[in-house]
Amino acid sequence: MRLFGYKLSIVAQIGLAIIALNLIVALFAPWIAPFDQATPVGDPWADPDAKHLLGLDNLGRDLLSRLIYAARLSIGLTLVITALSFAIGIITGFAAAVAGGWVDQVLSRLVDLMLSMPTLIFAFVVLSVLGTALPVLVVTIALLDAPKVFRLARAVAMGLVNLEFVEAARLRGEGWWWIVRREILPNAIPPLTAEFGLRFCFTFLFVASLSFLGLGVQPPAADWGSMVRDYKDMIDYGSIAPIYPAGAIALLTIGVNFVVDWMLSVHSRGQGEGA
Amino acid sequence: MLKLISQRLGLGILTLFAASVLIFVGTELLPGDLASAILQNSATPESLAKLRLDLGLDRPAIVRYGEWLFGALRGDFGHSLANGRDVLTEIAPRFANTMFLAAYAAIVAVPLAVGLGLLAAIWQGGVFDRLINILTLITISVPDYFVAYLLIIFVAVNLGWFPSLANVTPETTFPQRLYFTFLPMLTLAMSVLAHMMRMTRASVLAVMASPYIEMSILKGLTKARIVVRHALPNALAPIISVIALNLAFLIVGVVVVETVFVYPGLGQLMVDEVSKHDVPVVQACGLIFAATFILLNMIADILAILSNPRLRKPR
Repeated sequence: MRLFGYKLSIVAQIGLAIIALNLIVALFAPWIAPFDQATPVGDPWADPDAKHLLGLDNLGRDLLSRLIYAARLSIGLTLVITALSFAIGIITGFAAAVAGGWVDQVLSRLVDLMLSMPTLIFAFVVLSVLGTALPVLVVTIALLDAPKVFRLARAVAMGLVNLEFVEAARLRGEGWWWIVRREILPNAIPPLTAEFGLRFCFTFLFVASLSFLGLGVQPPAADWGSMVRDYKDMIDYGSIAPIYPAGAIALLTIGVNFVVDWMLSVHSRGQGEGA
Repeated sequence: MLKLISQRLGLGILTLFAASVLIFVGTELLPGDLASAILQNSATPESLAKLRLDLGLDRPAIVRYGEWLFGALRGDFGHSLANGRDVLTEIAPRFANTMFLAAYAAIVAVPLAVGLGLLAAIWQGGVFDRLINILTLITISVPDYFVAYLLIIFVAVNLGWFPSLANVTPETTFPQRLYFTFLPMLTLAMSVLAHMMRMTRASVLAVMASPYIEMSILKGLTKARIVVRHALPNALAPIISVIALNLAFLIVGVVVVETVFVYPGLGQLMVDEVSKHDVPVVQACGLIFAATFILLNMIADILAILSNPRLRKPR
């Protein structure tokens, strides 16, 4: 199997399979889930049997079905946040690299400042005041994560701006928008793709952690993080219910990291040398 | 060198100041004001007016920021909105608990990470190295609470070796405390171990590519001696900075672990107060966390300067 013209390692193939599985589950949740996620179908905390493979939850809902439906919110929310933070990070990062001068100075110092602060703690301060509605979560996390994208986008674009083909385009009289779109962006895509994987993992864990702490997705909506929170008290009675959603979170991040690790090792090996 | 270090110190203080501004501005972002956010649906015109006066919202933000900052510098963080108690007396014992847990985890994790990283570098490409690579990739990926609940299920509930809750009180003796906090410590240590280990391995291997290492191979030295005596000293700067960086993450990562194990630390307090909109406590916790984080990052920078002879003795 090949991706971007490079042969995939075994570990990367496992990673891709995990990602594909998660996406399929999220997309086709209503067809895959054996029961409705919201209606109780039996006694609370009923043990697993042939009909309910993972048993029932605190309100007697089918745990497996809830797990499948929660994939939608967990993955969807993360994709929206990561896409937003990438949009902000790439636009400002490229702008800083292309414009240079004071634009670059102001943006870079601001980003240095934001990176020197613990993200989770700052998110707490904002959420304590603004509450935990979904739009607030999306914008807050995207803004807190954008500086990391900015750093990479700026560094990549900086390396490209001074190359001959960009200079040639400039001398041809192309506008900066054309240069960004046709000369810089295509060459910046490989490192940015690997970064997208990393940021996806980070955001995914971040959202799940917030939900787990009760500051993210609020009931009746459920993502994997808030499911861990709902089931955590059962652990002292010997139930392993919180392990399923926590395991789902772990599985997806492991999958993405396997692929990212492979991408980074391919890039560090240099081009045209793919084994 | 002194100039470089004093620059870092100055930058650290500046960052800390900026962090305090951001933490303060974070609570001023509201479309309405703090009082209506705190009271939410239970707000009546009278209660709103009273709370506004309590919080001093009738005065300009810059004045309140100044008072808050100078109060904080003197150790006066105001009063909790939830129970009216002095924020500092509420926070101080919990901060000690958090630092205890973080220090405990660091003492276990740092030597282990450097040791394993060196072994992986010595046996580069071998079975141990590859196994460690996959294992660390997995531990980096999984959330802290996944590890924590696995530990609780297997070690606490099934085997019964350690308590599943780290409910320490001021009366708990030191050995007991080590025992109670063993599982939270292990969870935290595992969450930072992988990064430090991978960085140790990567920095040592980066140095291993240089010509002087080739020279020592040609001299016939053993791999272990080359790595420890020749490569490690030159790889120290990145290793030290990644350790300090991870300690900073450890202080912050403590929030989730404290919640899982119901450990009475600063992180657990902060999470509780966020959902109660208890802004003075959240601000104080935020400032303390941010200060610790910035301080450790600053120490990382300074140690990196000190460990580099070229920066230590400028020409």
